[in-house]
Amino acid sequence: MRALIALPVVLPLLAAGVSLALHRRPAVQRALSVVVLGATLVASVALLVTVERSGVAAVQVGGWPAPIGITLVADLFAAIMLVISTVMVLAVLVYAIGHPRTRDHGLFFHPLYLILATGVAASFLTGDLFNLFVAFEVTLGASYVLITLGGSRDQVRSGMTYVVINLLASTLFVTAVGLVYAATGTVNMADLAGRVAELPAGVRQALGLLLLVVFGVKAAIFPLFFWLPDSYPTAPAPVTAIFAGLLTKVGVYAIIRTQTLLFPTDGSPSTLLLAIAGGTMVVGVLGAIAQNDVKRILSFHIISQIGYMVLGLGLFTVAGVAGAIFYIVHHIVVKTTLFLVGGLVEQSTGTGALSRLGGLLHRAPVVAGLFLLPALSLAGLPPFSGFVAKLALVQAGLAVEAHTIVAISLLVSLLTLFSMTKIWAGVFWGAPEEVPPLEAAAGDGRLSSPALMVAPTAALVVLSLVIAVAAAPLWDLSERAAATLVDPAPYVEAVLP
Amino acid sequence: MILVLALLVGALYAVGTYLLLQRTLTRVVIGLAIMGHGANLLLLLAGGRAGRAPIVDGPGAGPFADPLPQALALTAIVITFGITAFLLALAYRSWLLRSDDEVEDDVEDRRIARLVRRHEENDS
Repeated sequence: MRALIALPVVLPLLAAGVSLALHRRPAVQRALSVVVLGATLVASVALLVTVERSGVAAVQVGGWPAPIGITLVADLFAAIMLVISTVMVLAVLVYAIGHPRTRDHGLFFHPLYLILATGVAASFLTGDLFNLFVAFEVTLGASYVLITLGGSRDQVRSGMTYVVINLLASTLFVTAVGLVYAATGTVNMADLAGRVAELPAGVRQALGLLLLVVFGVKAAIFPLFFWLPDSYPTAPAPVTAIFAGLLTKVGVYAIIRTQTLLFPTDGSPSTLLLAIAGGTMVVGVLGAIAQNDVKRILSFHIISQIGYMVLGLGLFTVAGVAGAIFYIVHHIVVKTTLFLVGGLVEQSTGTGALSRLGGLLHRAPVVAGLFLLPALSLAGLPPFSGFVAKLALVQAGLAVEAHTIVAISLLVSLLTLFSMTKIWAGVFWGAPEEVPPLEAAAGDGRLSSPALMVAPTAALVVLSLVIAVAAAPLWDLSERAAATLVDPAPYVEAVLP
Repeated sequence: MILVLALLVGALYAVGTYLLLQRTLTRVVIGLAIMGHGANLLLLLAGGRAGRAPIVDGPGAGPFADPLPQALALTAIVITFGITAFLLALAYRSWLLRSDDEVEDDVEDRRIARLVRRHEENDS
């Protein structure tokens, strides 16, 4: 039980070291990554089952008692996030192995990728504000190198922005931790839950706002999102996909965790969070409409979608937070898939610019199908997972009579659909002979993609369909996870018995 | 004593912010490093008043400084150090590729600049 909580962090971290030592044997390196992340997935699922059956689990690493020692906590929310993120990490890993561009960077790609997995898992499991900072840095440190892997001019330029912005946010994070410690004398989150409540209202609000800004930069909420659409598209396709799927969501996770645990409202919706949600949704989708490149459109969509998650949190009801959790799970799967498909398009045609693409429906029908399903799901059309997620949020919003934000979210859904049709019309429709001939094309004009890249993409599409079909049990799970978030007594009790 | 340190933290943040807003990469890097120092000092200050013994000999030897912020500051220093080293390597790479130390405009900025230029040409 105790080992189970630590395993998702320890396994990939140890493997990263071994992987670095194995840099002369790429085949062994690849096998190691697959096996270790597979084992991590098994451990995560086991953890989810345990937490689902016997409630919040906590372990004190190193044996020091709770408020002083390093705490790892797994509640239902953390366990769900852990399982879904590990599935993504594994799927994208297989895709990356099949991707010709990653093979060139094999030496560093695998160790870095494993460290990234470590950081993400640690962010979900930590029960300590400072450790959250360390986990963020582990994740970001790996991501800095991954995003500039290859060192092209464009990558260095956008990577620079990415590193500077994130380093600034991290410095603010250290500042926030320092101020929290000065005010309360603890950085253990369960301990903080009680102590922050005793602080004067002004100090509490200042700390809450500072942490919101810190995590807001990582999550790319309005108005702190400018770095994202510039930096993500330049990285290799598998790297962009895993960043798009996981990294911003780690930020959202931290926002949800701190806002519910440390700075809960007295049951009423938070106007600030709802305003942020509205701004994020609208600006993100308008940005997406203005773009002419597959990866850039999808990058702006990430921002727009973050708004929905913040919307669910901002309602501060069990239904709202459950909607946010369900939305995150749906979004991670669908978004990663879309970026993987974008990578397939780029890999087979050599470009992602809408003006230079067309007619792929005839030349690569499988890719077209793999794009269409998650695209419709992202826009929220029934019967896909996005519809269920948005319906849940709309119902939760209407239940507390937040009509304005619900109306905005529905309008943004429509605009999302519009920008998706833009990709569809630009990339997949049109006559194939209108576009210049491509080197990768076979004799009959059909484009082929490596099976190792198509298979994980297809698997994720199926997974998103499964989410839609199994919406009822998953919703039940989200609701129970949200209940623990809205009323964190079991969480606090598990850490400080 | 603590007022002087508090003012110093404020000054470090101010200098760091000023340098961060410059367009030269080296200044941005130095700005971040200075700001990091400010943050670490703040962590240390969070542990309470200065002047208490950092290490005490045995139990009951009197009040001693809170060790936790020191441990946190150490961790933060190591992390900032590593990332700053990477940032410097990146800045060097950027200099090698472009033989210029200035931060380039991003894709969006360049598009807007082009639009403005086209409008001006049309007007004249």
